[in-house]
Amino acid sequence: MNIFDRMMLLDRRWVFLSLVIVCVVSYIIPFQIPIMVTDEVESIYDMIDTLPEGEIVLLAMDFDPSLLAELQPMTYAMAEHAFRKNLKVIFVTLSQNGPGMVDQAIREVADSVRLDRTYNGVFYKGKEIVNGEDYTFLGYKPYFALIILGMGQNFRIPFPSDYYGTALDSIPMMKGVLNYDQVACVVDICGGNVVDAWISYGQGRYNFKLALGMTGVMAADYYPYLNSGQVVGIMGGLLGAAEYEQLTDNAGLAKDGMRVQVFAHLLIILFILMGNIGYFMSQRDKRKLGR
Amino acid sequence: MRRQLPLALVFIFGVFMIVQYFVPHEYSEWVYEFLLDWITIIGIFALALGIYSLTHVSMGKIRNRTPNWQYAIVTMLGLFVMIYFGFTARTGDSWGLYFVALVALTLGISSLTWGAVETQASRRKIGFAAGLGLLAVFVLVAVFDPSWKFYFYTSEGLQSAMFRNFFDYIMIPIQSTMFSLLAFFIASAAYRAFRARNILATLLLASALIVMLRFNPFLGPVGEYIAQTANWLLNVPNLAAKRAIVIGIGLGIVATALKVILGIERGYMGRG
Repeated sequence: MNIFDRMMLLDRRWVFLSLVIVCVVSYIIPFQIPIMVTDEVESIYDMIDTLPEGEIVLLAMDFDPSLLAELQPMTYAMAEHAFRKNLKVIFVTLSQNGPGMVDQAIREVADSVRLDRTYNGVFYKGKEIVNGEDYTFLGYKPYFALIILGMGQNFRIPFPSDYYGTALDSIPMMKGVLNYDQVACVVDICGGNVVDAWISYGQGRYNFKLALGMTGVMAADYYPYLNSGQVVGIMGGLLGAAEYEQLTDNAGLAKDGMRVQVFAHLLIILFILMGNIGYFMSQRDKRKLGR
Repeated sequence: MRRQLPLALVFIFGVFMIVQYFVPHEYSEWVYEFLLDWITIIGIFALALGIYSLTHVSMGKIRNRTPNWQYAIVTMLGLFVMIYFGFTARTGDSWGLYFVALVALTLGISSLTWGAVETQASRRKIGFAAGLGLLAVFVLVAVFDPSWKFYFYTSEGLQSAMFRNFFDYIMIPIQSTMFSLLAFFIASAAYRAFRARNILATLLLASALIVMLRFNPFLGPVGEYIAQTANWLLNVPNLAAKRAIVIGIGLGIVATALKVILGIERGYMGRG
C-alpha cells in the first residue's frame, strides 16, 4: 500500500481523534471569530428591533434537547433582545421535550436581563422580568398543526391556562390578546417538521409575520419561503445565531461555539481534500499499470 | 355498514373543512373550533394507547427474556419515575419520607412485574405479596407524610426540583451527547464519500466545500467571493430545485387528500 492508498483509506479512528483535538484546542484557546451578517438574519433583527415597546412576540421553541447546542443560543439571543427592548414574549413549545427547555431558557435569560449592560452603545438597565407581565409561557400540547390552527382562532382554545396553571384570562399581558392578530410577529425556532405547519397552517392561513430559526442542515430547504416573502428571515444553525449575537452586540454561546465549528469544518475539508488527492493519484497509478 | 360509516364520516368532515376555510361565518368558526377540540380529545386517547403499548412491549421483552431485556426495565423505571416526579412536589423545605415512598413505589412495581412474568408459582406469590406490601407502604407514606403531596390538576409537580433536575441533568445531556456524536460520523463519512468520481459528484463536492467555507475568516479577500458564491448557490440553484420539490409535494398532498375524502384511498381503515 503506497502513500496515496493510505491517504484514501485512513482508519476512521484517526479522523475521530483529530476532530476531538481540534474541537478541544479551539475551545480552550480564547479568540474571536469575525462574523459577517447575512440579509436573512439582519431582517429578523430589524423586525424585532423596530417593534414599539409593549408589542408581543410569540416565540415558539419547537426542538428537543438533542438540538440544544445549535438552537438554544439563538433562543437566548432573541429572547434577551426582546426583553431589553421592553417587548412582551409569549413562549410556546410544540415539542414534547420542550417545556423543560423553555423553562430553563426563561430562567437563564431572566438572570442575564437582571444585569446592567451596554449593547451597541445603548445602556440597558437591569430589570426583573415578571411572569404574566413581561412574558407568558403557554406550555406544550400535542398535535402541532391543530395547536397552530387553534391559536389562530383563540389562544384559549388549545391553552385555557398557561404552563404554571394560571388561567389565560387572569394573566395581565394576555388581556385583550385573542389570537395572532394581537401578536406583532411569530418566531419559530425548530429542528423538525413543525416549521412546515407554521408556514402552511399558521402564516398561510393567518398571514402573520413569521421568522425562522433552524438547524444548519435544514436552512437550505426553506429558502423558497424566504424568496416568496412568506418568511421574514432565516437563522441557520450556530452561524445564524452568531450573526444575531453580532447584531445585538451580545456575544454568547453561538460566537463561542463558532470557533470550534470553523476549525472543525476546516479539518473536515482537509480530510476531504486528502481523500480526493489519494483517489486521483491511485487512479493515475492504476491507469499507468493498465498500459 | 362497517365500511360505509367511516367513508361517509371522512367525506362529510373532509368536505366541511374545505368549505369552512372559505366561509368566515360565526357558525362555521364555531363548528371548526368544536372539531379542533374533538381532535385534541382523540389525540389524548392516542397518548394513553402509546403508554399502554410501551408498557406491553417492554413487559413482553422482560417476560420472554429477549436479547437486552434489561433495558426494558430501565425504560419502565424511567417512565414511572418521571410520572411520579411530575405529579408530586414537596410542600415545605423538608423532603420528609418522599424518597422512601419513591423506593417503595419503584420496588413495588418491580416486584409486581416480576410476579407477573415469573413462571414458578411460589415465586409469583412472593412477587405479588412483596409488590402489594411495598405499594401499601407507599400509600401509607403518601397519605400520612405532610412534607410532600400529589398535584394532579396543577403544575407544581412540573416545577419540582426533582423533575427539573432529572430533565436538566439527565435528559438534556443524554440527548445532546447522542446528537454530538453525529459530528464524528459526519466527519468520517464526508472523508470517505466525498470523492470526485464523476461530474455530478464533483459538482456536489465543490458546492459542499464552498458552503462550508463561506464566512471562514481565514481566507482573506477570497472569502468574500466564496461567501457570494455560497449565497448564489443557496438562492438560485438550491431555490429552483427546492421550489420544484415543494410544489410537487403540495400537489401530491392535494391529490392524496382528495383520494381519501372521495374514498378511493382507504389505507386508514386497515385495508387497501
